Amino acid sequence: MKKLLALILVALTVISAFAVPAFAYTEVEVEDLEYYQRFKGQNISINVFNWGEYISDGADDTLDVNEAFEELTGIKVNYSTFASNEEMYAKLRSGGVSYDIIIPSDYMISRMINEGMLQKLDFDNIPNFKYIDEKYQKREYDPQNEYSVPYTWGMVGIVYDSTKLDAEEVTSWSILWDERFLGDILMFDNSRDAFAIALKLLGYSFNTENPEEIEEAAEKLKEQKPMVQSYVMDQIFDKMQGGEAVLAPYYAGDALIMIEENPDLAWAVPVEGTNLFIDAMCIPTSAKQKEAAEMYINFMCETEVAVATAEYIGYSTPHTQAFLELDEEITSNPIAYPSDEVIQNTEVFFSLPDNINRLMDDLWTEVRTETGGNPWIIPILLVAAVAASLAINIYRKVKKSKQVY
Amino acid sequence: MNQKIFSAPYLLWMLLFTIIPLGLVVFFAFTDSNGAFTLENISKVGDYASTLFKSVWLAAVSTVICLLISYPFAYIISRKKDHQKRIMVMLVMLPMWMNFLLRTYAWMTLLEKNGLINKFFGLFGLGPFEMINTQGAVVLGMVYNYIPFMILPLYSVMLKIDPRVVEAAQDLGATPSQVLMKVLLPLSWPGISTGITMVFVPAVSTFIISRMLGGGANLLIGDLIDLQFVGNSYNPNLGAAISLVLMVIMLLCMSIFNQFEENEEAALL
Amino acid sequence: MKKLSKIYTGLVFLFLYAPIFVLIAYSFNESKSRSKWTGFTFDWYVKLFNNDEIIQALLNTLLIAVISCIAATVLGTAAAIGIDKMNKKLRGAVVNVTYLPILNPEIVTGVSLMLLFTFLKIEFGYTTLILAHISFGVPYVIFNVLPKLKQMDKYIYDAALDLGCSPFKAFWKVVVPEISPGIVSGALMAFTYSLDDFVISYFTSGVESQTLPIKIFSMTRRKVSPEVNALSTIIFLVTLTVLLIIYLKDSKKEKMTKVKKRGEAI
Repeated sequence: MKKLLALILVALTVISAFAVPAFAYTEVEVEDLEYYQRFKGQNISINVFNWGEYISDGADDTLDVNEAFEELTGIKVNYSTFASNEEMYAKLRSGGVSYDIIIPSDYMISRMINEGMLQKLDFDNIPNFKYIDEKYQKREYDPQNEYSVPYTWGMVGIVYDSTKLDAEEVTSWSILWDERFLGDILMFDNSRDAFAIALKLLGYSFNTENPEEIEEAAEKLKEQKPMVQSYVMDQIFDKMQGGEAVLAPYYAGDALIMIEENPDLAWAVPVEGTNLFIDAMCIPTSAKQKEAAEMYINFMCETEVAVATAEYIGYSTPHTQAFLELDEEITSNPIAYPSDEVIQNTEVFFSLPDNINRLMDDLWTEVRTETGGNPWIIPILLVAAVAASLAINIYRKVKKSKQVY
Repeated sequence: MNQKIFSAPYLLWMLLFTIIPLGLVVFFAFTDSNGAFTLENISKVGDYASTLFKSVWLAAVSTVICLLISYPFAYIISRKKDHQKRIMVMLVMLPMWMNFLLRTYAWMTLLEKNGLINKFFGLFGLGPFEMINTQGAVVLGMVYNYIPFMILPLYSVMLKIDPRVVEAAQDLGATPSQVLMKVLLPLSWPGISTGITMVFVPAVSTFIISRMLGGGANLLIGDLIDLQFVGNSYNPNLGAAISLVLMVIMLLCMSIFNQFEENEEAALL
Repeated sequence: MKKLSKIYTGLVFLFLYAPIFVLIAYSFNESKSRSKWTGFTFDWYVKLFNNDEIIQALLNTLLIAVISCIAATVLGTAAAIGIDKMNKKLRGAVVNVTYLPILNPEIVTGVSLMLLFTFLKIEFGYTTLILAHISFGVPYVIFNVLPKLKQMDKYIYDAALDLGCSPFKAFWKVVVPEISPGIVSGALMAFTYSLDDFVISYFTSGVESQTLPIKIFSMTRRKVSPEVNALSTIIFLVTLTVLLIIYLKDSKKEKMTKVKKRGEAI
């Protein structure tokens, strides 16, 4: 007993010896110190809702953005995270919780604008917006750029195992339909991204509102299904790095991480063109601290913060000054920062009308489930169940009455 | 004192946190996005009949496997010494305290083409076996995640079975199978029925497992419902309709099952 | 026979613990990926200790699990005793409704509770989380206590009353010990579900009360960090140590009582 306790104590000491705090720095050089100190001592707090692992948090001597903001401005940051645009949307729709800052992707921003869930920003409060590259301003999802400030951007492309096929072979999305790779292809587990690939392959726009084109794309996806090993999101990291699969479409920033871990992997952007996505900071209508929220957005656009963000996340930055200050090795990498020519050939998602979204989801369910179900099965089953239950009851009553006599 | 009164707080709770949300589900199921009455959602559920059927089937298979594994196991631990019993029950539950996602990732590491199990068999020149992305993997995932919920109720009921009853039956010349069928099963029936409820009922609506271990090519009904809320289009009406149909079917299943149980009880008395 | 049962127990535990060992092993892997073993490291543990967000999330999770488990156990045990005394029809109805929270897909429960809380104007945070966790925990307690009540000798409570016990004392001294294994199982299940619930918690949490599973799931766009494996390893080891200590203490006690009994017998 004593020995055991001693052992635990030793173990704890060893662990705590390792737990020397790594020095995350929290001091940032800002342009206009006075601007940031307006709310000092007023006990204000803002609620930030972001993707998980999507902000520099002080690990490995990086900048702890939220703490730096708190120290600079005296505003408390309540930081919480979500796993997908849709989850974030579902939660915001109820109106039960109010957030001051959210960071959704392009198409979700346009949907929320359409539904009146976002409010216009006061750009006088966000002077650092001047740093945002014009390429990422006024994009289709927010045509006048009134509601959002770009945070990161990236592209969709194909990650592939260069030991199994050559670069020349991966030029078109059609490689994801190649029967040689039967069972070695991974595919997006969300309808919008999956349909985008099929639509592009067929030469249509991602944002098509033509039901026939979408149905054609669904046929294409059904055709692909036997080839697909699994429909994945983040499992792609392990599956590609471990050589479980050969081909997979995914996001550029994440491809960089995969290639770093497994140098056999390579990246290609198909000639048909691809999707350029932008995640941007917005303020929901239900926000209670709009000005403080705008201050937070402005802080995120401070060059030093933008550099830390880009380094931590690995996605591309829309911040012109940060781009210049980033490591040459990063900015010269065509995966993260492709040539203008490649960018020209991209399209940005924006929100589709409700009926098209529904259609897409229905078709997606068809792709993902066994089709050919008989709609009468359920009613028949119900009737059978009720009949069985009645039969048991009658049987029991008969038995009982026999016992009585 | 009337003991029924004890359930009063729960009944109140049930009204507030079960019946009212249920009302919401019913309301959503029968309305469209503008709040107007419609039967479209319910009739659309028919399209998903085969998925629904498959989910019920896989859950049933998993439940049977859970029961077969758990029954002897629960019996063994219920016969241990007191202090051993306690630690073993806790050890059964402990794996479930680790995060679900991490456990599932770990299973992927074990089952994959280049996974640990295949590597192990590879040492003997066997394999590789195709394990992940199959229906078997989905069943395995369900069995793994729900088996403690079968073991616990079985164990807690078996504690009360007097070993002398079993001995008596043996002394009177009962064969092992007779002991099981005529003595153990009837005596442990309440535990079996609770175990089945604890496994079958939640397993039907399970999600993520089919996507992570089954490759996601064939979604289950839980995934479909999930898609209605966090898919491309936010369609809580259809989601509510599917789960309403699921509820009705399951309640019917359970009530048939409970009638069997009452028969069993009646036979006991 | 004894050997067979030992092998069987061992196999079941192997099945239960195989993934847990894998999970623990990867908390020491240098690479962030679980596809390759690149070397042994304690880095993830160091990072974990510096990650306030994860630690805070863990504390939230534990707090909510403990409170909701206690509340669910009390509420559920009382309910089961009441339900057991109901007539058949009423009992059937109540039991059927009690199935619903288990049966309902989590997302449906989550969203409908979220709408309910919004409607009731309860501020989202610890309160809503605890309420939600109690409501999915109670059925597990009820369904574990009910079979023990069925097993119990119906007259034992009346006998206690006849022998002059007050109803409360009769309940506490006679009924509760009889059904306690059921209560413990139920409480354990409620606690376990609460600890690991993601979907319902996501929809009922507020801005400051995110739990560990929410944190972990939200990492899935970018890959879950092995810090979480490290945390799970620590939780596992701490729990295991506590269990071992209790076990050793118990076995000592048991030996003592045996010796005592033998002494008395002599």
